[in-house]
Amino acid sequence: MSLIEVENLTVTFRVKGRAVQAVQDVSLSVDLRESYGLVGESGSGKSTILRAICGMAPVTAGTIRIDGETLPTPRGRAFSRQVQMVFQDPYASLHPRHTIDRTLSEPLAIHGLPGSDAKVVKALEDVGLPTSFRFRYPHQLSGGQRQRVAIARALMLEPSILLLDEPTSALDASVQAEVLNLLNRLREERGLTFLMVSHDLAVIDHMCDRVLVMQNGRAVEELSRDALASAQMTTDYARSLFDASADRMLAPARGA
Amino acid sequence: MTDAKPLLQVENLRVTFETETGPVKAVRGVSFSLGRERLGIVGESGSGKTMTGRAVLRLIRPPGRVEADSMIFDGQDLMAASDREMRALRGQRIGMVMQDPKYSLNPVMNVGDQLTEGLRQRDRIGRVEARAKAIAALEAVHIRDPERVMDAFPHELSGGMGQRVMIAMMLIPEPDLLIADEPTSALDVTVQAEVLSILDNLVRDRGMGLIFISHDLRLVSRFCDRVLVMYKGQVVEEIAAGDLLAAKHPYTQGLLNCLPRIGGARGPLPGLDRSGDWAKDATA
Repeated sequence: MSLIEVENLTVTFRVKGRAVQAVQDVSLSVDLRESYGLVGESGSGKSTILRAICGMAPVTAGTIRIDGETLPTPRGRAFSRQVQMVFQDPYASLHPRHTIDRTLSEPLAIHGLPGSDAKVVKALEDVGLPTSFRFRYPHQLSGGQRQRVAIARALMLEPSILLLDEPTSALDASVQAEVLNLLNRLREERGLTFLMVSHDLAVIDHMCDRVLVMQNGRAVEELSRDALASAQMTTDYARSLFDASADRMLAPARGA
Repeated sequence: MTDAKPLLQVENLRVTFETETGPVKAVRGVSFSLGRERLGIVGESGSGKTMTGRAVLRLIRPPGRVEADSMIFDGQDLMAASDREMRALRGQRIGMVMQDPKYSLNPVMNVGDQLTEGLRQRDRIGRVEARAKAIAALEAVHIRDPERVMDAFPHELSGGMGQRVMIAMMLIPEPDLLIADEPTSALDVTVQAEVLSILDNLVRDRGMGLIFISHDLRLVSRFCDRVLVMYKGQVVEEIAAGDLLAAKHPYTQGLLNCLPRIGGARGPLPGLDRSGDWAKDATA
């Protein structure tokens, strides 16, 4: 049985009497300790799937099960102990007027968990930040450091699933490498399951075991890591995405 | 492509910001020359690549300071030019595409008015003719429904559309030099490829010079003729784009190696080693 099961999910937004189907009839399943990628252009509905799992998007059809159980609406505390999300923009996802200490201890306070002092220090160490950062504000940190704080916050409740929404696309290449390495290390150490969204096929290939290519709210093609690496995609869209990937530009034959 | 005289010649450009804690040198002694070709400037955030682009247009406000031994554009000394002369150059002869369409387009003016404003004010062109020119410019950047986009406000456009509107706006006066600051970093890969080919055609067809500022080494290597790699306000390496994979400087190599590859090794990505002598030189 898979840990995350999404079946025939449809998400419909209603704007000014117009219905927009952001996700149409998408199914996917992620096994325990697997890393699963969603890739596609903006507006393809990949982030909306993550938001739907968190209960932040209007699901109009289909079911989402975690560990075999259909998720309750609203999601409730048990859900946030199990599933946490890391957002794309570390500049927007941290409270600008809360210290790092307050940001990290808030989930513990909400869930009534003890020992926040030691846990905050441990969390900072786990993501490779000096503990002296504890009483700083987000604006005193660089983008990469902020994203580390966002990852630390997501891990405070020791969830088993991390939903990663373009966690490195706002970062420089060298910082991206550091954050990807951090995520891989944490997954290894804690046996985490990742559901990761990115528009960068090279990042997805590096991080994920399987990837679902999406376009206009629909699932186009699911590829294993090997199929992606050896360019064995069957749909034209997946191939065009592969060909346009920046990674290909470094190929010695120059785009061949 | 190979003009005898360069379009732009920059010698020892420096940009300094006076702050309470002393001067911050954003650009420290950058020199380059540009013909009618595509020059890429690559570097991480804070490397001074954007400041270099802005300094060419003298678009740096006090307390920032631009100094250079010389900065000659098409025979005209930009350092000695008056504000009035600079205004005549900006847009008309040297265009600049800014990074983020969300912040660079006027949010309370529709696209049509923004595109025709310059034509009507500066060139004293009539409304109908200006509109026709604007629509032609939108078509040139492959916007499918230019009539609708003309009446739209920036918030009604996607990032890719907004970016193309910005490029169209810069191209209307047919500049000789275009400075594009991360023109595609907000775009999807497929749209990105489209925007790049638009810029590429313009360089080829109009003989325009292009300075392409980006943090994406892979993109620049594919798209440009020559690449300047910047680190902490200095050019650490200048290299023909085709030879980028054979880059010698450890910083350039580090930037290349830390990118994940499709089908690459799954192990930890190598971080950027900043302990070498070259990094010490840069901070001295």
